[in-house]
Amino acid sequence: MENLPLLVPLVILVPALGAFINFFFGAKLEEKWSGYIGCFASILSFLVSLLLLTYVTGTNGGAAVVNPPFVDGWLRIDSIGLDISWQQRVDSLSVTMMLVVTGVGSLIHLYARGYMHGDKWYPRFFAYLNMFLAFMLILVTGNNFLMLFVGWEGVGLCSFLLIGFWWDKKAPEGWKNSNAARKAFIVNRIGDFGLLMAMFLIFWTFGTLDFHKAGELPNTEAKYLVHWREHNGLLEHKEESAGEDEAADDGHGSSYKCAPAAHEADDAHGADDAGHSAPNPLASDIRAIYCDNHHFDIDLLGVFGQTTERFGKGETVDFNGFQMAFDDVIFLIALFILLGVTGKSAQIPLFVWLPDAMAGPTPVSALIHAATMVTAGVFILVRSNVFLWELNHGGYVIGMVITLVGAGTALMAGYIALGQWDIKRVLAYSTISQLGFMVAAVGIGAYVAAMFHLVTHAVFKALLFLGSGSVIHGVEHGHHHAHEHGESGDHHDDHASPHNDGEFDPQDMRNMGGLRKRMPITYITYLIGTLALAGIFPFAGFWSKDEILADAWFEGFELNELSGFIAFGVLLVAAAFTAFYMWRQIVLVFLDDARSEAAEQAPESNGAMLLPLLILALFTIIIGFINVPKSTPIFDGIYQPYEFKHFLEHSLVSVSRGHSLDFNLSIAGIALVLGIASILVANRVYKGNGLGSGNRDLLEEGGASRPLFRLANARLYWDEVYAALIEQPFNRLAGFLADRVDWDFLHNYFHDSIIKRGFDTIADLLGKPFDLGIVDGAVNGVGAFVLRAAEWMRRAQTGYVRLYAVVLFIGVVAVIALMIIPFVQTLLAGGS
Amino acid sequence: MDVTGLSLTTITLFLPMVGLAILLFMNGETQKANLKWVAFATSVVTFVASVLMWINFDPSTSELQMAQRNTWAEISLGDSVINVSYFVGVDGISMLLVLLTTFIMPIAILGSFGSHIFEERGREKLYYIFLMLLEWSMLGVFVVHDLIIFYVFWEVTLVPMYFLIGIWGSEERIYAAVKFFLYTMAGSILMLIAILYVGNRAGTFSTYSAGGDIGVIERVHNWEGEGTYWDGVGPEGESEEAGFLFNSVESWLFLGFLVAFAIKVPIFPFHSWLPDAHVQAPTAGSVILAGVLLKMGTYGIVRFNLNLFPEATVAWAPTIAFLGVVGIIYGAWVSYAQDNVKKLVAYSSVSHLGFVVVGIFALNAQGLQGATLQMVNHGISTGGLFLIVGMLYERWHTKEMADYGGVWKMMPLFGGISLVISLSSMGLPGLNGFIGEFTILLGSLGSDYLGFAFTLFATLGVIMAAVYLLKMFQHVFMGELKKPLSSEAGYKLSWSEKAAFIPILIMIFWMGIQPIVFFNMLDVSVDSIVALFVR
Repeated sequence: MENLPLLVPLVILVPALGAFINFFFGAKLEEKWSGYIGCFASILSFLVSLLLLTYVTGTNGGAAVVNPPFVDGWLRIDSIGLDISWQQRVDSLSVTMMLVVTGVGSLIHLYARGYMHGDKWYPRFFAYLNMFLAFMLILVTGNNFLMLFVGWEGVGLCSFLLIGFWWDKKAPEGWKNSNAARKAFIVNRIGDFGLLMAMFLIFWTFGTLDFHKAGELPNTEAKYLVHWREHNGLLEHKEESAGEDEAADDGHGSSYKCAPAAHEADDAHGADDAGHSAPNPLASDIRAIYCDNHHFDIDLLGVFGQTTERFGKGETVDFNGFQMAFDDVIFLIALFILLGVTGKSAQIPLFVWLPDAMAGPTPVSALIHAATMVTAGVFILVRSNVFLWELNHGGYVIGMVITLVGAGTALMAGYIALGQWDIKRVLAYSTISQLGFMVAAVGIGAYVAAMFHLVTHAVFKALLFLGSGSVIHGVEHGHHHAHEHGESGDHHDDHASPHNDGEFDPQDMRNMGGLRKRMPITYITYLIGTLALAGIFPFAGFWSKDEILADAWFEGFELNELSGFIAFGVLLVAAAFTAFYMWRQIVLVFLDDARSEAAEQAPESNGAMLLPLLILALFTIIIGFINVPKSTPIFDGIYQPYEFKHFLEHSLVSVSRGHSLDFNLSIAGIALVLGIASILVANRVYKGNGLGSGNRDLLEEGGASRPLFRLANARLYWDEVYAALIEQPFNRLAGFLADRVDWDFLHNYFHDSIIKRGFDTIADLLGKPFDLGIVDGAVNGVGAFVLRAAEWMRRAQTGYVRLYAVVLFIGVVAVIALMIIPFVQTLLAGGS
Repeated sequence: MDVTGLSLTTITLFLPMVGLAILLFMNGETQKANLKWVAFATSVVTFVASVLMWINFDPSTSELQMAQRNTWAEISLGDSVINVSYFVGVDGISMLLVLLTTFIMPIAILGSFGSHIFEERGREKLYYIFLMLLEWSMLGVFVVHDLIIFYVFWEVTLVPMYFLIGIWGSEERIYAAVKFFLYTMAGSILMLIAILYVGNRAGTFSTYSAGGDIGVIERVHNWEGEGTYWDGVGPEGESEEAGFLFNSVESWLFLGFLVAFAIKVPIFPFHSWLPDAHVQAPTAGSVILAGVLLKMGTYGIVRFNLNLFPEATVAWAPTIAFLGVVGIIYGAWVSYAQDNVKKLVAYSSVSHLGFVVVGIFALNAQGLQGATLQMVNHGISTGGLFLIVGMLYERWHTKEMADYGGVWKMMPLFGGISLVISLSSMGLPGLNGFIGEFTILLGSLGSDYLGFAFTLFATLGVIMAAVYLLKMFQHVFMGELKKPLSSEAGYKLSWSEKAAFIPILIMIFWMGIQPIVFFNMLDVSVDSIVALFVR
């Protein structure tokens, strides 16, 4: 059991190997085998993650730090103690993310086998998907910020490659795809800039980038709980942990005495001095030693351990060139991290890349741009919860800032989603909105709620995206069927080849309708996903969204925090939007009658695509039960309350210091009633009427709602504003710098009038006296050489380069000879 | 330490001359097919020799290793005698750059194997002779520790490059070659004057002490008694005074060296020779220019400016680092505006070398090690980018980005390789470019002499690198194929093209994942320099 974490490199290596095979041998493999390899790698990774889960649960929240095989250290400069290593971390937080990534990832891999069938870049697609998994797992398992950053940029790269996967489509669509890809990469780079700055500050503040060192217990507050649970086998949480030290001693005797485990990365045996029986020398490296961090030398702690010890003590950090108060540095770090988050997790102001990212194949949208990659920002915030928690309790406004960003994004994106026609674009804005929920949850300190929503959202949003993929697939084929009766059997080469003959857009919801009869399984699963997203009892979204709202309520009304009020109010409205636009989508896509031939003839997708839908639908129903609040009627008798919270709190210092709320019937009631009411309103607006005249939205028909709809439809003009404020000035300035400043001035004017004229003048000064015969022809030596050199230089510019060449070459040979002769002499002298 | 015997450094240094001698005696017409092989074999043997040096190299000392010193000339000035000596040897920094040089040369030669320039311009023999001469002189710059001989090697590098551009370059080659020559000469003259002054003042031209003779560096740092440092004043406090920058000898000497190096690097605003030279040079010329030649400037700054004039270095550090930061952003911005692929890559060098300059003048271990590593990284990535541009040009005969598009579709392997090299150039973590940039920026934040603003603006360069490189990648490799080649065979990479990429790719991943090997090589040597600047 204790050696299980040693498997963690596998979760990265297996998909990496899968990617490698598909990259280099994919062309020679049959399509079937490419797909098998991709799926197998993903599933294997998932199984390893499950084993790691058993480790964490089996050791009651044990955390392990693992040095991977093959590579020894990474960025290490011995003389100054810079040591950033390839090091992985297994704890409840990373295991949660691993399970989400590989679990949802595996289902999407399976789905992609069907969806991408017949694409000519099929092996490359699976190679990219596997590569994405490998990077995403580096991101979530890294034990330091830099390794996280490797994954962070790596998934950005995969996102770039997959958004632009169909860059070779006919213009203008192919170009649009590659533009979307480039936009995603660059906007994310702006966020990465923030993360880089955060890392530089962290390094000079803490002397390390490691989250926690080997042997360090991330959450000393949870210690009492750990032992208590071990002894009693109960799961009730007891907040007050009096007598921490005794508890540790009672629990494990002296064998678990605090041992500052191997702080030198390659010293796996270092921790053994505590004397506990560890037959495997590696065990000491990977085991969490139940000790109090106060016993560590502060410098030997990881970033977060040090923060806990050093925050609020009025310390000053010396950056050599300048000084700054410790607390302020942490605030600055948090702000820079937040910038990174707004990029990767698509928050205001950097969210603009995500809607465009829908240019990628739908499995990509599901995997990268809904379930996993975009949640990396939430993950890093939760990982850094110590920063945030300390800042919030030190009177900094970081919580407020994060709440404003998150809640603002949730509301803004939810509103825009109301006015979109593209089925995937609605989901894209919905994703942005839901990410806003998670970020806002972090802002109010509800880290568990944020992670909980991350997990449930990954499941049901993946379901919705895959469902939309199924719909698009069906409508496309229906379109082919309707227009090419002759070769309707040829289903499978439509993606890569340009298929938008004419104006038909298979993603436009105006072309759909009535699909529930044609695609019943897709419909049912989509409906489940929709209800979950809308927060309808008892689906997953209900539990997680309710928890965020309950925490916000508590923060606002019980603790009187302004951020809590804001989060509660804004998110409630956003939740109403969510239910509305999702039901609008259900009506437009599945209900009513078909509005196009394509929709009339759309076939249900094949089994390879439907099976993942069904599995995801199942999990959409049950995944919410992992964190049922305490004293929820009926449910707390069946499920262990706050199971997920208890699991996570071993990784999150702040969780067990924070609050865990009882089930609040009134809040759940409000949210539920609001969700149902929104659905009913949406149903009333759209049902039966379909679309208005000229295929206009029914909201656009009405007088009062028309401008509102149009504003949403225009996406609040974000892109236009950015183009006018940033892109165009940037390009204009680039042109100005390149043409005017660099070329006209520096390159031409400066060269001609200063450098060249200077040389000419000198040459003339030296040359003319000779020409005039002031000195007669007996000149030799240096003077003549200068004269000739000057002459040649001038002539060279008019073309006498050969003459110049010969003379210079002679000169070079002479220099070489001069250099070699004494050398040879010495050699000879030494020899004799 | 025996410093008069034949050392491995000397052997490595003169191996290219052996190749040159063989080439000289070959018949350029009848043995045409063998010329390139002789050059290639020579460069490979030189590489092997430099690897042997590496194996012999002891990273635990900052002393010069594999050193050799023979008196070359003695100049009598009054009653003192100044030695000019053949003095070679390597420390960690030299070692790394020697390896870079010998690494890039075979690649550059492979890159010219199938080139069409010989059909147009002929003179293959001369071409390879110049490449050999170039390798010799570049190696000389990196291993020589006598100021006069250093100057000679420094100038000699100009000659073969001048002809490579002037004879085998593109349309405006003459203009570019002359400009390249004039600019570099102009700076070098100032350096020569400074060198003469230094030698006169110190009584020797050897920078390091060897064989009982005290070198310039040691003399400067122990100048107590006769007045320390260049102005006859104590090492403490002088540089803080306002008048120091322009009223002190040390400061002027510092600038004398710096201008020569700054033009070579090139540090903004001395870069205007670079786009011409790069764009007009033949592929091998661009690869070597970007890969090695530019590093002579940054190497010179580290070796001479920092070691010889520590006080002036401290006084000037913020100013020059500021120019470095300007170069990072300016270079990237101008690069983005280019429509010519080769010019885009050329300007990217200004941006990348800006990072190196910032790293050097951070004057701490992170900055300096990062900078040295970044020199190598830039050599590999940008060298690779120029190879790519060269291969594109061989096929499509255009450098205009607008004429390309969809290359990836026809050449999947080439597209993939190009992507990796572009990513390495834009500093994707896990690849080599990131290691250098990250370490430099880390150093700049914790520097005694720079600080937050420098780091902030320099880091913006990371964003902009993605902006211009992705523009290039998108326009050239993505989208629709605009100009199909006349034959399908044209899309295939020849074996020599593939072979040129393999070592580059290996280094990109190796240095990205296990840079520790290279940091180890540098650690002690850099530390001995950094020790001068610890406050």
